[in-house]
Amino acid sequence: MSRAVEESNRAMLRARDAMDRAYAEPLDIPTLARVALVSEAHFIRTFRATFGETPHRYLQRRRVERAMSLLMESNRDVTDICYAVGFGSLGTFSRTFRQIVGQSPTEFRRARRPTPGVPSCFTKAWTRPSSFG
Amino acid sequence: MTMNAISRSQIYVLDQDEALDFYVGKLGMEVNTDADLGFMRWLTVNLPGDPEREILLEKPGPPALDPATAEQVRELLTKGALGGYLFMTTDDAYKTYEELVGRGVEITDEPTERSYGIDFGIRDPFGNKIRIGQMFPRDSNSQGTDQIGCG
Repeated sequence: MSRAVEESNRAMLRARDAMDRAYAEPLDIPTLARVALVSEAHFIRTFRATFGETPHRYLQRRRVERAMSLLMESNRDVTDICYAVGFGSLGTFSRTFRQIVGQSPTEFRRARRPTPGVPSCFTKAWTRPSSFG
Repeated sequence: MTMNAISRSQIYVLDQDEALDFYVGKLGMEVNTDADLGFMRWLTVNLPGDPEREILLEKPGPPALDPATAEQVRELLTKGALGGYLFMTTDDAYKTYEELVGRGVEITDEPTERSYGIDFGIRDPFGNKIRIGQMFPRDSNSQGTDQIGCG
């Protein structure tokens, strides 16, 4: 019994790693179920039992987290970031981002970057922890 | 403070022979000590040329842990939730990456250039994470606050 749980956990972890790694690709349940070597229905149920959320939700959170990073660290526009992190439409991205973060992507970027328009290389250089004196 | 080195660290593995296959056979580490102590198999590995820093590959189980607790450890380990995490450095991240891919190692994160260096992530057969980085020279006055491996 225990050994079966361990093997199942490890297979689910392998699928979760695939989402972490390939979040920008159009990952679907059949693809992920193949990574975990189980049927699609079994995959969704077992993933949820293992990690406490559906694979779909995990992938959404991963993509939103990457989008948050790009919104903070780059000047790429929101539409560009939406597709870069793997969302198929701007509508889905905006809705999902707001649901998870509580702000729209634009609001989030504005709140985190009080000096919009400054090239990111300057922001990075000037917010880097000082190594002098 | 008089402590001067981190000489040994420990991670849990499900099977010590399988751990040897991975850490020695695939990652290219060396067996430092493989001793049957009677009550446990003391198994440590190190990177070639660096025997002063050993990793203990410990199997969770009785009597150190009661069977139910050992089972919890094994379940968390295979979920990737136990926290075992090794950080290693390399002179050539891309070359190391290609070698490990060729040996069928599970990649969690492709080589990426970051503020502190070029690094990538792999996972051992049990669920432990390993990060391998080609680090840029660090400013000796730096506070070391650059983030490592967002993954």
